[in-house]
Amino acid sequence: MIQHLIDGILIGAILSLGATGLTMVMHMLRFANFSHAELLSIGAYSALVFEQLFKAVLPFTAGTIGPLSMTWALAVAMIASMAVTGASAVLFDKLIFKRVREKGEELSMVFASFGLALIIRNVIGLVFGLQTQLFSKDIIFATVLSRDPLIMVKPDQIAVLAITLLIIFALHLILSRTTYGYALRAVAENPSLAQVNGINLQRMIVTVWLIGGGLAALAGVFYGLTNQISPVIGRDLVLPVFAATIVGGLGSIYGALLGGFIVGIAANLALTVLPSGYSPSVPFLIILAVLLVRPHGLFGEERQ
Amino acid sequence: MTGIISYLVFFTTMASILAIATLGLNLQWGNTGLFNGGVAAFFGAGAYGTLLLGGTSQEDHLGGFELPYVVALAGGMAAAGILAWVVGVLTLRMRRDYLAISTFGMAIVFENVMRNAEWLSGGAKGLRGFERPLRDALGDGFAYNAAFLAVVLVLLFATYRFLQVLVRSPFGRLLRAIREDETAARSLGKSPARVRLTAFVTGSVIMGLAGGLYATFYAFVSPQDVLPTLTFQIWAMLIVGGAGNNRGAVFGAFLIWAAWTASGWLLSRFAPVDAQIYTGSIQYVLIGLVIVGMLLWRPQGLLPERLVISQSGQAPS
Amino acid sequence: MDDAVLEVKSITAGYVPDLPILHGVSMKANRGEVTVIIGPNGAGKSTLVKAIAGLVPVSEGAILHETVDITNIRPDQMAMHGIAYVPQIDNIFRSLTIRQNLELALRHSGKEGPAKLATLLDQFPALRDKQTARAGSLSGGQKQFLAVAMALATSPRLILMDEPSAGLSPKAAQEVLELTKSLTEAGVSILLVEQNVNQALRLADHCYILAEGSNQTDGKASELLGNQVVADIYLGGRRLRAGQ
Repeated sequence: MIQHLIDGILIGAILSLGATGLTMVMHMLRFANFSHAELLSIGAYSALVFEQLFKAVLPFTAGTIGPLSMTWALAVAMIASMAVTGASAVLFDKLIFKRVREKGEELSMVFASFGLALIIRNVIGLVFGLQTQLFSKDIIFATVLSRDPLIMVKPDQIAVLAITLLIIFALHLILSRTTYGYALRAVAENPSLAQVNGINLQRMIVTVWLIGGGLAALAGVFYGLTNQISPVIGRDLVLPVFAATIVGGLGSIYGALLGGFIVGIAANLALTVLPSGYSPSVPFLIILAVLLVRPHGLFGEERQ
Repeated sequence: MTGIISYLVFFTTMASILAIATLGLNLQWGNTGLFNGGVAAFFGAGAYGTLLLGGTSQEDHLGGFELPYVVALAGGMAAAGILAWVVGVLTLRMRRDYLAISTFGMAIVFENVMRNAEWLSGGAKGLRGFERPLRDALGDGFAYNAAFLAVVLVLLFATYRFLQVLVRSPFGRLLRAIREDETAARSLGKSPARVRLTAFVTGSVIMGLAGGLYATFYAFVSPQDVLPTLTFQIWAMLIVGGAGNNRGAVFGAFLIWAAWTASGWLLSRFAPVDAQIYTGSIQYVLIGLVIVGMLLWRPQGLLPERLVISQSGQAPS
Repeated sequence: MDDAVLEVKSITAGYVPDLPILHGVSMKANRGEVTVIIGPNGAGKSTLVKAIAGLVPVSEGAILHETVDITNIRPDQMAMHGIAYVPQIDNIFRSLTIRQNLELALRHSGKEGPAKLATLLDQFPALRDKQTARAGSLSGGQKQFLAVAMALATSPRLILMDEPSAGLSPKAAQEVLELTKSLTEAGVSILLVEQNVNQALRLADHCYILAEGSNQTDGKASELLGNQVVADIYLGGRRLRAGQ
C-alpha cells in the first residue's frame, strides 16, 4: 500500500510536468492536443542521443552523479533535450497547427494532432527501433526504507521527485509573483482578452509551446530514468496526462500540477484492488469520476 | 481467375463494412462536428455484442445465448448505442475537447477490458463459437461469401439512404446549424446538447452495425480487431472522402482500404526480411501523413460537402 | 466645434470573409464626449467596436484615430495608440486576483506602475478592499469597475465599451454608466454600445443608431431621447418614456 503510494507520487510528478504544458496549450489554442505526450518521447530520445554525444566528446562526464545512475552527461543532455523538444513543439505548431488554425478549421486541430502523434511515434520507432532502451544499464539497487511492510526507493526516484518539486516551485513563483506569470495565466484563461490587454498573442503562443515542450522533455527523461524508454511512451502516457488536466480543470496550471499527482497516486492505489492488466483503464475511470462529481475539475470554471 | 474474384468479393465486403462505419462517423463529425476519438470501441461493442448474443454456449466465458441472428446483431448495435449514450451524457454539455478525450479513453478501456476479462470476452485469444447464419444452406465457400457481400451491400445502401434522408430533414439542418453556430441554434429554442446526443448515439449505433457485420464475417473477434488503428483508418477514410458528404465517406472508405491493403502487400512482399517488423510503423506514418496532408492542403476532402439548400432557402440575390 | 477623436469611414467588416456584418458604416466620436451606439439585436453594434479594436477584420473603408490610420490594428497594440477596449462579458481574468489583474494591465508602465496602481485603487475603493480576492468572486458591478480600471491603466484617450451595464442590477448599471460619464471630465472620450437605451441616451452627448449593419440615423442624444418616431422604428417599438 505505502509502496503503491510512493510509486504513485513518482509517476504523478512526471504526469504533472506533462499536464502543465498540455493544459496551457489546450486552453490557449482551444483543442485537445493528442500529440503532446509524443513530446515526452522526443524528450527522452533526444536526451539519449545527447548523452551518448557528450560522453563521447567529453569522456569525463561519463561518471555518475553520487548514488544516482544518472551521469553528468545526462544532466547536461537533459537541458539540451528541453531546448530541442521545445523547439520541435514550436516547429510542429508552425508547420501544422498554425496553418490549420489560420484556415479557420479549428475543429480539425484535434485530427491534425492525432495524425502528428502517429507520425512522431512511428518515425521514432523507425529511427531508434521498437525495442526498449535504458539510460543506464547498471543496476542501481533500491534503498530499503522498511522491511515490514517492504518499502523500497531508488536514489534516482528521489532525485526525480526533488527536481520536479523544485521546478514546480519555480513555476509557482513565476506564476504568482511576476507580471510575466500573470500574462501566462491570462493567456491560458482568456486569449482574446489577454490580447486586448496588450499581450502579444503570437509571441505568447511560441512561449507556451517552448515551456510545454521543455517540461514534457523533462517528464520524458524522468520517465525513461525510472522506467524505460520506448517509442510507445507517448501512447502509454497520453490518457493519464489528459486525465490530469481534466482532474485539475482545463486551463488551470495549478490544477494540472495537482491533477498529475492525483492521477498518479489514484492509478497506483487502484492496483491494490484491480489486477495489474487493467492499469491502462484507470485514467479513464478517473476521468469518468470527475465528470460525474465535478465536471469542470478542481480549479476549472464553466466556459464554452 | 476465381482467386481474383473471390479476393474482390472479400475486399469489397471489408471495404463496405468499413464504409458503413465511416458513414456513422460522418453523421457525428461531418454533419454535427462531434469528434469521436474511439470509433474502435463502438465498432467493437457491435462486434462483441453480436457474437456474445448469437454465439453457442462456451464453458470458459459468458455468452452463448444463441439468439436469432437479427436479434443478436440488433443487440450489438444497442451495446454500441449504450456506450455512446454514457459518454455523450457526461460530456456533450461541455467543451468539445471532453468528448474527444473521453471517447479516446473509452476505446482504450474497451480494448483493455476485452483483453483481460476472460470471463466476458475470452480475453486475448478472442471470442469463438459463433455459427454464421444460414451456413447450413450456403456452406463455407464462395457462395456464402458472395451472399454475405450482397447483404452487406444492401445494408450499406440502406444506411446511406437513411443518412441522406436524415441530413435533408429538419433534424439534419438543425445538426448543421449547431455545428456552425451553437449560440444561434440555442436561441432558436433547441437544446444543442440533446440534439448532439441523438446524433452521437445514432452514429455510434451505425458503427456498431459495421462491427457486428465484421464479426459475423469472420465468426470471430479478438482485441486485435479493436485497436486504435481502426479509429485512425476510419478517420482517414472520412477526411479523404470529404467530411459532410455521405458519398465521399463511402468513396473514401474504398480508397483508403485499397491503399492500406496495397501498401501492406507491397511492404510484406518487397521489404527485406529483417525490416518486416517495421512495416506496421511505415503504414502508420503513411496514414498520419494522409490525415495531416489532407487537413493542410484539401481540408474539404476529395468530394466536398454540398450544402443542402432547403426549398424556401434559395440564396437571396 | 467638431473635434473628432475617432472617425470611422464607411467600413465593411465581418468575422468571415465574404460574409460582412457591417456594410459601409460611418461615424465620428468627439473629444471629451460620450458617443453611444444603439440599435436592435444583431444590428452590428458590438461588431463595430470590435472592428475598431482590431478584433474583427475590416475589408473596406478606414478607421482614423487622432488622424492616425488604425484600420486593422493588432489588438495588443491598441494601448500604444491611446485606446482601451472593455469587452462585454469575460472582461477580467477570473483566476487572477484583483491586484494581479491591475498589475497585468499596468505592466508596461515601468517605474510609474506602483504610483498608478495606488491612484487606481484610490479611484475604486471597492476594489482596494478586495485586492487579494480572486476576480471571479466579485459581484457583477464590481467586475465592471475592475474592467474599467484595467482599461484606465494604460491612460487611454479613447475608451471603447461594449454594453458595460449588461446583466447588472438597475442600481449597479446606473453606477457603471455614471462612472463612464465621469471619465469624460478628465478629457477621455468614450464610445459606448448600449442596450439600455433610456439611460444611455441621457448620459451621452451624441448617438448613432445602427440596424442590419448600416447607419440608420444619428443626432444629439438629447434630441433622440424625445423622438418617438426614432424609438418606434429603430428600437422595436420600445417607448422611451421619460422617467421609466
